Amino acid sequence: MIGESMYQELILEHYKHPQGRGLREPYDAEVHHVNPTCGDEITLRVKVDGDKVLDVSYDGQGCSISQAAASVLHELTTGSSVAESLSVVDEFTRLMQGRGQVEADEDVLGDAVAFAGVAKFPARVKCALLSWMAYKDAVVRSAAQ
Amino acid sequence: MTSTSLDVERIRKDFPVFSRELPDGRPLVYLDSGNSSQKPNLVIETMREHLALHYSNVGRAMHVLGAESTEAYEGARDKVAGFVGASRDEVVFTKNASEALNLVAYSFGNPVNTDPRFTLGPGDEIVVTEMEHHSNIVPWQLLAQRTGATLKWFGVTDEGRLDLADGVITERTKIVSVAHQSNVLGTVNPVVELARRAHEVGALILLDASQSVPHHPVDVAALDADFVAFTGHKMVGPSGIGVLWARAELLDAMPPFLGGGEMIEAVWMDRSTYAPAPHKFEAGTPPIVEAIGLGAAVDYLTGVGLEAIEAHERELTRYALEALREVPRLRVIGPETLEARGGTVSFTMEGIHPHDVGQILDDQFGVAVRVGHHCARPLHLRFGIPATTRASFYLYNTTGEIDALVRGLHHVQKVFA
Repeated sequence: MIGESMYQELILEHYKHPQGRGLREPYDAEVHHVNPTCGDEITLRVKVDGDKVLDVSYDGQGCSISQAAASVLHELTTGSSVAESLSVVDEFTRLMQGRGQVEADEDVLGDAVAFAGVAKFPARVKCALLSWMAYKDAVVRSAAQ
Repeated sequence: MTSTSLDVERIRKDFPVFSRELPDGRPLVYLDSGNSSQKPNLVIETMREHLALHYSNVGRAMHVLGAESTEAYEGARDKVAGFVGASRDEVVFTKNASEALNLVAYSFGNPVNTDPRFTLGPGDEIVVTEMEHHSNIVPWQLLAQRTGATLKWFGVTDEGRLDLADGVITERTKIVSVAHQSNVLGTVNPVVELARRAHEVGALILLDASQSVPHHPVDVAALDADFVAFTGHKMVGPSGIGVLWARAELLDAMPPFLGGGEMIEAVWMDRSTYAPAPHKFEAGTPPIVEAIGLGAAVDYLTGVGLEAIEAHERELTRYALEALREVPRLRVIGPETLEARGGTVSFTMEGIHPHDVGQILDDQFGVAVRVGHHCARPLHLRFGIPATTRASFYLYNTTGEIDALVRGLHHVQKVFA
């Protein structure tokens, strides 16, 4: 059934056991993003050293999709280079906005391919993208400092 | 199945939507009538026939079609008036309940108007409640901003009832605007008592009856209100048509809202005089077919009987409250007894976001509920929650559909266990 394909085991696993959750020091930039249509929100911090993402910490509330997406984001970005992480964000955005017609690049996305089913539900795409857009924003702000 | 006086199986046959299936062969379980109701054949066919055979503009065309359209449009006004115990000249057609509420809000503090009941400025007070729909909060915030008046509100108790504290309505209150029935909690508010308090201090009272008129026999005179607003699409009528009822004497005293054709008596380049109510408030070509559809909706509901609909929903609500009590980690937000309560039940499930609840209910069980803050964000803030899942019942719902909801909720818990 459709719902089963959206609520992938991996998404539920991240929702129940979020990775890297909680706001940590030190950080270069902190952003707060909300989804006004459903009230989901996230506060996200990045710590960058040169081209390396040292930490992505976050706290928030919302549905399983938004919270699991933040957890996967933490795993994929922490420890990678800024440029690499932004290309993952771009690929994830492309997948989410592809209305279910886009083939996901698993090499780039890793665990984030589990969200492919979400792209078929326009109302839920914003949930998946919330933390990823917040991350992009935070990286831009940290670079501006 | 619990039996009630309604022949629900026959009623369901009147609504074409219940003969369809959802994708993958899921049956439709529609528990979202508080959001918008489904439409019976009588409404669909009446609108279709009017569009096909009788359509023209109303009130101005001097030909057969114009006469037929006008008769049908004004006939719909008679039906709506009869439905709520009003006189026809007191029934203003609007686009929806929000427009009706805004119409009243814009009557206050308008410098065009000198009637002291409608003057508003710093020191004057507007009273609403914490359980209002945004459409009965924002127009009053805007009015307060325009005029410098103060917006006050009654709070809500943990049980989801109004906290009728003293000191909210005062000698400075000019208008009290309150939901007859909460669109989230299902609570039916003590509006007659509120009207008494409002009138005691010389204030006017407006009832947002969007959630009550479709479900209970409502007599505007018995409510002792000054204004009553409701909407067509929640009472098996079409969207695009709403109603403002107001006492004739108030409609006369109020300034026009929107200017345009049909609302005038005579126009010069520098001034105009206005048509008597209700046309004074119906500028431009109205939603003709929608009004006629609402008239048919009133015929349909009257044919079934509002007392019978009310009793049926009461039975469904009793059944739902009992069934939901059996679901672990589920918390009903609103009264858990049937006293002064309608057929809208909102709840939270520990650790599971309402959007996930709604998605799984829909995708796997065909159960349509509403999830989110239901345009009542302040009420959700009051309960410290971002959102709820809401099931709302109507004349065509069955206890079997509530069983489907409960089965779905058990499955939701399994997915997120």
